[in-house]
Amino acid sequence: MRRSLFGRTWPNAVAVVLFVFFIFPVYWMASTAFKQNNDVIAKTPVFLPLNGTLEHFRKAVSAPGFWTLVVNSVTVTTLSVLLSLVIALLAAFALTRMKFKGRKGFILVVMVAQMAPWEVMVIAVYMLVRDNNMLNSLVPLTLFYMMMVLPFTILTLRGFIAAVPAELEESAMVDGCTRRQAFVKVVLPLLAPGLMATSIFGCITAWNEFPLVLVLNKESAQTLPLWLTKFQTNFGNDWGATMAASTLFAIPILVVFFIMQRRAVGGLTAGAVKG
Amino acid sequence: MTVQSEGVQTRSSNRGSGDGDVVASKRSGQSGKAAGIASRATPYLLLLPAALATVVLLGYPVVKLVLISFQKLNPFQLIQHVTVWNGFKNYTDQLTSAEFWHTAERSVIFTLINVVLIMVGGSLVGLLLNRLGKSMRLFLSVALILAWAMPVVASTTVYQWLFDSQFGVVNWFLDKLGWHSMANYNWFSSQYSTFAVIILLIVWASIPFVAFTMYAALTTIPNEHYEAARMDGAGALKIFRFVVFPALKPFFMSTAFLEIIWVFKCFTQVIAINQGGPDRLTETLPVYSFVEGVGNQHFGSGAAIAVLTILILLCLMAYYLRTILKQEDEL
Repeated sequence: MRRSLFGRTWPNAVAVVLFVFFIFPVYWMASTAFKQNNDVIAKTPVFLPLNGTLEHFRKAVSAPGFWTLVVNSVTVTTLSVLLSLVIALLAAFALTRMKFKGRKGFILVVMVAQMAPWEVMVIAVYMLVRDNNMLNSLVPLTLFYMMMVLPFTILTLRGFIAAVPAELEESAMVDGCTRRQAFVKVVLPLLAPGLMATSIFGCITAWNEFPLVLVLNKESAQTLPLWLTKFQTNFGNDWGATMAASTLFAIPILVVFFIMQRRAVGGLTAGAVKG
Repeated sequence: MTVQSEGVQTRSSNRGSGDGDVVASKRSGQSGKAAGIASRATPYLLLLPAALATVVLLGYPVVKLVLISFQKLNPFQLIQHVTVWNGFKNYTDQLTSAEFWHTAERSVIFTLINVVLIMVGGSLVGLLLNRLGKSMRLFLSVALILAWAMPVVASTTVYQWLFDSQFGVVNWFLDKLGWHSMANYNWFSSQYSTFAVIILLIVWASIPFVAFTMYAALTTIPNEHYEAARMDGAGALKIFRFVVFPALKPFFMSTAFLEIIWVFKCFTQVIAINQGGPDRLTETLPVYSFVEGVGNQHFGSGAAIAVLTILILLCLMAYYLRTILKQEDEL
C-alpha cells in the first residue's frame, strides 16, 4: 500500500524529535565533561565542545579514594553476579527439567522475590548487618546484591534452559552420558549466550545499587553510586567534574548494554517478564 | 504468552520440559530403589542453595522489619542494645498522623501520573518503531537504549545539571522560547517543579523498556491479519481496534503493573535529586520511611511505614501475579 508523502514523512520527523529527547541528557553529560570551564558556565550553552579538555576527568579520577571505590564496585558486582549465576543455574535446571512437588510454589516464591521492595527494607537490613558487626564491609553488600539479582537470574535462565531441546540431553544420555555429564557437556555450552545476557543485567543492578550501600557503608567501603551522589556536594558547582564523574560511572554500563542489547532484550522478555 | 526473540524459543520448549523426567525415571527404575530416592531428592538438592539464600537474605530481613515495627527503637535503644516492645504504637501513630496520609496520597498520585505517562508514551513510541523503516528504527533505538541503560544515579546527576538554575540548559532554552521568567528559575525550590523534574527523569528512563516490549509484541502479529482486515475494508482505526489492540493488551497489562510497582517503590531518583525536599514535600512512602527511620533515627516508626508500604505493594503484586498466572498455565 502506498502512503502519501505526508504519511511517509511524519513518522521520521517524530522519530528525529524523539531521538533528540532521549539522547540529549546522555550527550549533555558527555559533552559537559569535555568542555572548558568557561564553556560549561557560558551564558549561551556551547553545544559542540570543539576545544575540549580532559581536565575534568583528571579531577574526577584524582578525587580522594576514587580507585578504592572502583575496586569496591567491581568486586561487589563481579562476586555477587557470579554467585547468583551458580545458584540460579542449579535452581533453574531443576525448575525446567524436573517434575517434583512444590515446583509451582517455588516459582511463585521466586516471582514474588523478584519484586521484593529492597528500597523499604533497608532499615531491617541495616539492623541485621549492625547486629553482626558487619557495617562497612563488602561481604553483606555482596550477599544482598546476590539476593537482589538471584530471582531475575533464575527466571531468565529458566527461559534459556527451556530453549535447549530436551532431546539433545536425552540423546547424550542414550550415548552413555550421566545426567550431570549431559548437562555440563551439552546444555551448558548452549547456555553460554544466555548466561552472558543474564549476568549483564545482574551486573547493571549491582553496579547501580544505591539505597542499601547508602545505609550500610561509609567512606572507604562505599561504592561508586554513593560516591557520585556525594561528589557534587563535595565539589560544589563544579559541573564539569561532576559530569566527568557521571560519565566515568555510566560508560561501562552503556558500552556493555549496547553490545548486549539484542540478546539482553530477548532474555528479558523471554524469561523474566513472561507477560 | 511468549515474546518472540532471537534465538530464544520458549514457545516450543516448555512443552518438552517433561521429557527429561521420563528418561530420568527410566534410568532410576533400572538401578533400583535407592537410586529412585536419590533422583527424587535431586531437584530439592538443586533448589537448596537458592531456597537457603532466599530464606536468610530475604525472608529473615522481612521478619526482622516486622519485628522492628513493633518496637521502640530510637538512638538510645540502639546504642544500649535493648529491645523495647511497644505493641501497635508505631502503627497507630502513623495511621493517625496527617503527614503519613499526605505522603501516601502523594505517592499514589505520583505513581499514577508516572505510569500513565510511561504507558501512553511507551506504547506510542512502540507503535512508531513498528511504523518506521529499518534504518530510522535503528537510529531511534540507539537513543532509546542509551536512555534505558543510563545508571539511575548518573541520570539523576545529569538532570540536576540540566535543570540547574543558573547554567542549566533547560532554563536557557525556555528563556529563548520567550518564557523569560524561567531564565534563572530554581526548579528545586518548590514541590511541583521538583516533582516535574523527577517525573520527567523517571518517564524518560522508563519509556524505552515499554516501547521495546510493545514493539516486540507488535512484531508477533502476522502480516496476514492486517491484510485480512484491510480486505474486509477496515480503516486504520479499525485495524488498531481489532488487530493491534487485542495483540497488545496482555503485554500492556503486565507491563503497566510492573511499572506501577517499580514507580511506587522508586527511591533513588527522589532522594538523590533533592533529598525529598523542599521541606520534605516531595517525599514518597519509601523516602518517608527512610528519612523517619534512618535519617531521624526512629527505626521503629520507619519500619512501620515500610511495612505499610509493603502491604500496599503486596496488593498490587497479588493482582499482577494473578494476571500473569492466568496467562500461563504451564508455568
